[in-house]
Amino acid sequence: MTVYQPPGRPGSIVGYHPRYEHWIGGTWTPPVRGRYFENPTPVTGQPFTEIARGTAEDIEAALDAAHAAAPAWGRTAPADRAGLLLRIADRMEQHLEELAVAESWENGKPVRETLAADLPLAVDHLRYFAGALRAQEGGLSQLDEDTVAYHFHEPLGVVGQIIPWNFPLLMAVWKLAPALAAGNTVVLKPAEQTPASIMLLMELIADLVPPGVINVVNGFGVEAGKPLAASSRIRKISFTGETTTGRLIMQYASGNLIPVSLELGGKSPNLFFADVADRRDDFYDKALEGFAMFALNQGEVCTCPSRALIQSSIYDGFLGDGLDRVRAMRQGNPLDTETMVGAQAGNDQLEKILSYIDIGQAEGAKVLAGGERVDLGGELSGGYYVAPTVFEGTNDMRIFQEEIFGPVVAVTRFEDFEDGIGIANDTLYGLGAGIWSRDGSTAYRAGRAIQAGRVWTNCYHHYPAHAAFGGYKNSGIGRENHKALLEHYQQTKNLLVSYSGRAQGFF
Amino acid sequence: MPPLTRPSQVAVTPLAAELLKQLGGEHGPLMFHQSGGCCDGSAPMCYPAGELLVSPETDRLLGELEVTGLDPIPVWMSRSQYAYWSHTHLTIDVVPGRGSGFSLESPTGLRFLTRSRLLTDEESAALNR
Repeated sequence: MTVYQPPGRPGSIVGYHPRYEHWIGGTWTPPVRGRYFENPTPVTGQPFTEIARGTAEDIEAALDAAHAAAPAWGRTAPADRAGLLLRIADRMEQHLEELAVAESWENGKPVRETLAADLPLAVDHLRYFAGALRAQEGGLSQLDEDTVAYHFHEPLGVVGQIIPWNFPLLMAVWKLAPALAAGNTVVLKPAEQTPASIMLLMELIADLVPPGVINVVNGFGVEAGKPLAASSRIRKISFTGETTTGRLIMQYASGNLIPVSLELGGKSPNLFFADVADRRDDFYDKALEGFAMFALNQGEVCTCPSRALIQSSIYDGFLGDGLDRVRAMRQGNPLDTETMVGAQAGNDQLEKILSYIDIGQAEGAKVLAGGERVDLGGELSGGYYVAPTVFEGTNDMRIFQEEIFGPVVAVTRFEDFEDGIGIANDTLYGLGAGIWSRDGSTAYRAGRAIQAGRVWTNCYHHYPAHAAFGGYKNSGIGRENHKALLEHYQQTKNLLVSYSGRAQGFF
Repeated sequence: MPPLTRPSQVAVTPLAAELLKQLGGEHGPLMFHQSGGCCDGSAPMCYPAGELLVSPETDRLLGELEVTGLDPIPVWMSRSQYAYWSHTHLTIDVVPGRGSGFSLESPTGLRFLTRSRLLTDEESAALNR
């Protein structure tokens, strides 16, 4: 085991600067209005750096830089664009441990997750889109003997991206990699809860990226995110967040007639069919881990399997074993590699989760585990820790219908296949789902019947590149994480060419 | 005869009302829309009135907050979401925190938070009849 020192302390492998400006046009650019905001770590609740508080003026400056860089970047050979992604990936890999510790400190997530998932996935994602770009082909259709339709991919130009705080580096890379590969320049607005780790990354790759190709403006949603989303100078807006802001962004986009990509969360069902418990073997152990996955990243994942649906005939035994697995979770200092559950990202998240624990109990749900804030003592007393919580109730309760974004799972039973699918689909959302069965036919039929964009089958919370990710229903529009995304960041240019030497004959 | 007006399904705490007075002074008339989904989801979003387009077809007006010196502040929720919230009463509170989409309060270091209780049988009968 390793316990990392907090960034900036003696013995730490990484440090943050006391202040970060915007990253615009390849230089550190102070905010036009000269204001900054403090960035606290949820590990202790104490500020560790301050961040430029961007406004519309800074967004305009970033858009100027992005527009200046766009023509040349769009003409850059695909091999060279792919080369940039590969060099960024290599640089991140060389500094993986530092970035993992820095992100853990900023977000509160356990370093074992940033080391094993967030950063390796980000590195691989860059390499995937480098490869996808190299392999992308346009089209050629012969319409008749003398007429040919050529289809070219052209960049959109300048795109806006607003990213969430739950995976600050991975979500940035999820959006940046396809946009850059496709030949666009970007203005990125990080979440105000996690504005610093992305700046650490920009500093690390500053010498690799042509000025203006990536521009990062920090600030609050209403002051910096809105002017970006509403700007008439972007050709696409991509957003990960929640439904009301998603609607607002679509509304702004409608004014500018530009496409949107929205990833808006979910209330993902995790179905355990009775045959899971046929034997107490490795598969059963794997399924129990699947049940416990609600606590990954403290539940701050859009696809958190926050509704566990267990078939009646195995309900008591499976739930009992699941609770044992939950009680065995180690909560503690996020910088300790043995820690499985760290801190919630902020005080308001903590308060929201506690308010849901209240309404859950008021609605008659039973707390089977957790259900309270945790004080870890010492310096960590100021941090935002919630015990992994298991509720038992019914699917009409609000804790079964709303995304709590905490380490909280709501458990209920189902009788048969139809009942299970019915409960699974009785939700506004459709981002993720889990199916657990030893029977391939059951798993297949259930996976096809569930209205969700990603159905993990006998697994959960894998996010490999080359597996499309995105939502049905209120969970959003568009997909990420797949080569198809290149075309979402490109125009289709059709050259319709006649090789005939004769007039058409109309005039 | 039952009362002709619906009881309000929303309320505001004194601390939240103070923040609304400050925001109202800066931004003029205000509105709320209760969000759902991830990250900042399940948070009440406060906007200048009219910023988010709402319509009776897609949204339900839960009630209006009365804050001294301000125009009544309508609180909306999408109708699909209301189907799952209809049995609860919402109180807009405020806590220290950061960030909630484009909600107006985020730069203040405070954040609106929805607290819920179950409706009484009488309230429920009057609201959802």
